[in-house]
Amino acid sequence: MNSLLKRTLISSVLFGLSFYVVAQEAIDITKQAMKPGAEPPTWVSLSGFTGETESILRFDLYVQGFNFTNSDNAQYQIVGSNNGNLQGRVTDRYNKSTLLSKAYSGASLIQQAHLFVDEFVTAIGRKGIAQTKIAFKKDTGANSEIYVADFDGFGAQAVTADNTIVAAPTWVPGRLALYYTSYKLGNPDIFFHDLSTGQRRVFSRYSGLNTAAAVSSSGRVAMILSKGGSPDVYDCNADGSGLLRLTATREDESSPCWSADGEWICYATKVNGRRELQKVRATGGAPERVSTPGVLSPSEPDWSPDGKWIAFTSQMRDFEICVVPADGRGQVTELVAGEDPSWSANSRTLVFTRREGGRRVLSLLDVPTKQYKDVSRITGSNSQPSWAK
Amino acid sequence: MKAIRFTTLIALGAALSFVTAGCHPERLKKIPGQTMTAPEVPSMPPIQATMPVTPESTNMGMIELPEFPGHSNWVENAEALKGDTIHFAFDSSVVRSADKSKVAAVADYLKSNPQAAVRVEGNCDERGTEEYNRSLGERRALAGREELVRLGIDAGRVDTLSYGEDKPVDTGHNENAWKQNRRDDFIVLTPPGK
Repeated sequence: MNSLLKRTLISSVLFGLSFYVVAQEAIDITKQAMKPGAEPPTWVSLSGFTGETESILRFDLYVQGFNFTNSDNAQYQIVGSNNGNLQGRVTDRYNKSTLLSKAYSGASLIQQAHLFVDEFVTAIGRKGIAQTKIAFKKDTGANSEIYVADFDGFGAQAVTADNTIVAAPTWVPGRLALYYTSYKLGNPDIFFHDLSTGQRRVFSRYSGLNTAAAVSSSGRVAMILSKGGSPDVYDCNADGSGLLRLTATREDESSPCWSADGEWICYATKVNGRRELQKVRATGGAPERVSTPGVLSPSEPDWSPDGKWIAFTSQMRDFEICVVPADGRGQVTELVAGEDPSWSANSRTLVFTRREGGRRVLSLLDVPTKQYKDVSRITGSNSQPSWAK
Repeated sequence: MKAIRFTTLIALGAALSFVTAGCHPERLKKIPGQTMTAPEVPSMPPIQATMPVTPESTNMGMIELPEFPGHSNWVENAEALKGDTIHFAFDSSVVRSADKSKVAAVADYLKSNPQAAVRVEGNCDERGTEEYNRSLGERRALAGREELVRLGIDAGRVDTLSYGEDKPVDTGHNENAWKQNRRDDFIVLTPPGK
């Protein structure tokens, strides 16, 4: 065999092998399950940015599982400037390639910074969340109102001025619209509010309790009604038709949420005096227990958009944010003290409420790394956050 | 295993980088060092001012409205039965036997005031999550209602309303406050104009 042929053969084999190895690697990456609370941060370095722009970039990155180091130790080196407009370049230190290099214009520097982070996380195969909004309940003394803000707290504004208790906001997927519970008409009723027009209307006003609306990807609404003599889980279409009673117990069901495919509704209930999570088909049927081994008093479940996880609040002595695999075949991971978890579209960052003395503070938690940061731009006492998806 | 694979990857040199680029087609378009100009960043859609909820929009309820609210425009009197507020154990919606005489007093009031109705308002302490407490408060109100019905009061004369943990009588963060907050208040309702 001459040496040229030999080289060609070896090259072909290597080339084929490299395909195999890379394919294996790719499969591993897509199959790799998130490890709640057990993953290291992704190290990045940041240089050239200043002032508010820099703090926005740091905030956006930190709550998505990145942390900061010098450029020699960073996996991704981020350099740029923010003189008037934002320019940024991300270099992958491992293969010395430029991952992203862009100059932005338009909107505000803040929005440019958010978009830059979104394009970076998208380039490494994650889903961007830096341009999303949250809704929440703000305490106003004896009463509360619903507010919305960018996920990092910018632009917080009231969307209700009902001068009564308003609570439990939830977004309609893909729309600038909310459902929430208002006592404006003397009873806890569910309102639908289209934020793009300012129009709102009463959605559910049965006698007794109407609360805790949650909207499926197809727009069907789950909620808690007590019109049947006890708080139970119901669901109906967005036009109110097809109302189904899904539970019929003498217990106090609460906080329904949807599976990503809209097939199941998970909620909190009590069985023989012990609180647990259950799920029931949205079309009705026998409820099934959602196993949360080793955890007392689970409530407030929220199903991740990728369908894989259920976040919830446990209450041993204080509140704890927990996640459990939605397929029921895994352990509960307790993450940080807090309550009211709501997933973002990336299925890894949660917004939740922390209690600090008498005050309630909204905070963002990256589930794999357990890194969290308060949304400190939102002042006062706030709770029940819902992250738009 | 992973480390071995990574070493293999590096050893594969040029062939590898070609394949890697193939896995990330967007990289092929970018020349390292050259900055692309992004399209204008769009502004976020504005949130419009909230329109008032008019009687018309209230009647636009997408769910057909049931007979409720039976007593929504009735006159409230929170004082008449103030002494008959009942309290609950932590995380419980069972009317305690010590409180049954108070519910009996409410029933007696309704019997001697046949025009009146009552709203049982269920409340919780701040322990327990918010929507859990809104459901628990409703169960507490319903427990008061069930007790009144057992004492011979027509169920149609008893409304229930849960405030969850949103209407504490004591805003402290201690057992004494919590004890006061886990309660049913009885609000007398009389027909308008009487």
